[in-house]
Amino acid sequence: MSDARTDTASIVERIQPVAAGGAVVAVHFLGDDAVFVLGEEALHVWRDGEERRVAVHGGAILASAGDGHRIVTGGDDGKVVTTDPQGASETLASDAKRRWIDHVALGPDGIAWSCGKQAFVRSTKGKAAAERTLDLPSSAGGLAFAPKGFRLAIAHYNGATLWFPNAPDAKPERLEWKGSHLDLTFSPDGRFLVTAMQEPTLHGWRLIDGKHMRMSGYAAKVRSLSWGPGAKWLATSGASQLVVWPFAGKDGPMGKAPKILSPSEHRICAVAAHPKQEVCAVGYEDGMLLLTRIEDGAEVLARAPGAAPIAALAWNASGNRLAFGTEDGEAGVIAL
Amino acid sequence: MTDKIPVTVLTGYLGAGKTTLLNRILSEPHGQRFAVIVNEFGEIGIDNDLVVGADEEVFEMNNGCICCTVRGDLIRIIDGLMRRKGKFDAIIVETTGLADPAPVAQTFFVDDNVGKRAKLDAVVTVADAKWLKERLRDAPEAKNQIAFADVILINKTDLVSDADLREIEARIRGINPYARLHRTQRCAIPLPEVLGRNAFDLDRILDIEPAFLEQGSGHDHHHSHDHDHGHAHGHDHDHDHDHDHGGLKHYHDEHMQSFSISSDTPLDPDKFFPWIQNLVAQEGQKILRCKGILSFKGDPDRFVFQGVHMILDGDHQRPWKDDESRVSRAVFIGRDMPEEMIRKGFAECVA
Repeated sequence: MSDARTDTASIVERIQPVAAGGAVVAVHFLGDDAVFVLGEEALHVWRDGEERRVAVHGGAILASAGDGHRIVTGGDDGKVVTTDPQGASETLASDAKRRWIDHVALGPDGIAWSCGKQAFVRSTKGKAAAERTLDLPSSAGGLAFAPKGFRLAIAHYNGATLWFPNAPDAKPERLEWKGSHLDLTFSPDGRFLVTAMQEPTLHGWRLIDGKHMRMSGYAAKVRSLSWGPGAKWLATSGASQLVVWPFAGKDGPMGKAPKILSPSEHRICAVAAHPKQEVCAVGYEDGMLLLTRIEDGAEVLARAPGAAPIAALAWNASGNRLAFGTEDGEAGVIAL
Repeated sequence: MTDKIPVTVLTGYLGAGKTTLLNRILSEPHGQRFAVIVNEFGEIGIDNDLVVGADEEVFEMNNGCICCTVRGDLIRIIDGLMRRKGKFDAIIVETTGLADPAPVAQTFFVDDNVGKRAKLDAVVTVADAKWLKERLRDAPEAKNQIAFADVILINKTDLVSDADLREIEARIRGINPYARLHRTQRCAIPLPEVLGRNAFDLDRILDIEPAFLEQGSGHDHHHSHDHDHGHAHGHDHDHDHDHDHGGLKHYHDEHMQSFSISSDTPLDPDKFFPWIQNLVAQEGQKILRCKGILSFKGDPDRFVFQGVHMILDGDHQRPWKDDESRVSRAVFIGRDMPEEMIRKGFAECVA
């Protein structure tokens, strides 16, 4: 269990360093371009070794989401900004009271954002649709679109709300569970909704019957969640091992133990499942980056430890490029 | 961890002068840059680059203790502010007049990400000299704010007589003898008295003697030795008791008390830790704050601890000095605390 992982196969020489120029808070791919979201003001775009900066906000960038075709960001300047693969950015919305845009989400048919206790959506299908607003019982902790259709899930205190913005007369559905719910994610097959809570635990609902799933045992708040191909498993940060919950069966992880892989002395702070293979990129607090095979836990060292925590990880759609960024602004792209 | 951003919490009942103090802090030429978190109703007339409105959303942690409440909005806001690290040197949180300071304080102990980047510096409470006495009677929030404070400004002293002021100070001391007291008009006070206090820094828990024992020391020059004759309102409406100790008026609040315990005999850590953990688990709701300096048997180091309700934080501090008497001392501030039980439990922890 040595942290040095001297005997582990290594691909560290494949890192192409990127001069992000500031703390990286997220990374998304636009096609094969790696787009590093900085803590303040700008996106740093890497295209085959060429780098440039796209200014998007007048202050801190508080939230971002990407779907491979566009990136949406929310800032403390009260703006929601979209950026396309050409690097053209456009302000989609500006909060009238210049409140912080706490969260954003991208779905197949729309874009969502939230300010405190209000969630907003705008459809991106068909004609320019009106913005719709939903008042929440408490501040949104996170937003996520369902994989199909135009349905938004919002995490908040004591549960989550499922909202069909195109059915304004239908009462949003409430999923209850005591506590503060933060990030949330639908399983890509749409069967499950999982939230990361303020406590070091996950909560899940099977959407067909609202059955609860408690996934606990973490050392810290879970801040990174990533679904494996085919929604068969969910990889999570928050422990000093990679915790992988099984979702293949109809009951999801209910009554099952997670897989525990790639232990370290340091906590895992970012995870990104490979889009096609049963492999997960695992970023640690000490800057180490591993590629871990889910089946047998085999590891490849992608970046040696000894730096700031890995803050962001993402694969391109075909899975032959992995981008990472750290809290100190170190960043890179690994070609596989 | 000196690079943690210090956070000062400003509390005080409605109209006491919190915003006046805030504006004074922001406008004085001190070269410090602040990020200010105000409640959503109070953001009028604050002249500062980084002002954030907060919702004051308090929620309970799912850890089995109903007093373990935190401010969810603060966690989110501090996380967001930290993206602009380098743009400010300190954070000031202004709470609403009705706010309980405990959830704010507990947020810094409960949330990892907040605790890693920011540290609570002090809770500063502004009290209205003219109205505090009545608020202590009719507003439990006001009493909480006094009990919780590290620094208390008795503001608007120009509106009351000297005798009234001494009376108010005695009332405050009856609730919280450990806070620094200052008399102010329009919150005029040297900023080092309210900022950079390190009141929650374990390394600074040096002095836990009640401040009223420090008369004559430079910091507490407002406390005169004047004899207080004849104002012992014997039939107070809130049934407080008062009596004079050597001329200094002393009140006991009916519900909010504080007391200190000490032991000359070293304690047994194997007895003390289970006891204190059990105590705050059982009675944490009643204990607003506690802190102590302890001498353990066979341990050359001072052990210091502090707590807010059920949350405890403690560490070895430094070796006892040769000329220091190795006395273990702890203080508790709280509401309807089982004082005798706590005293007895502490006494049983001796080695």
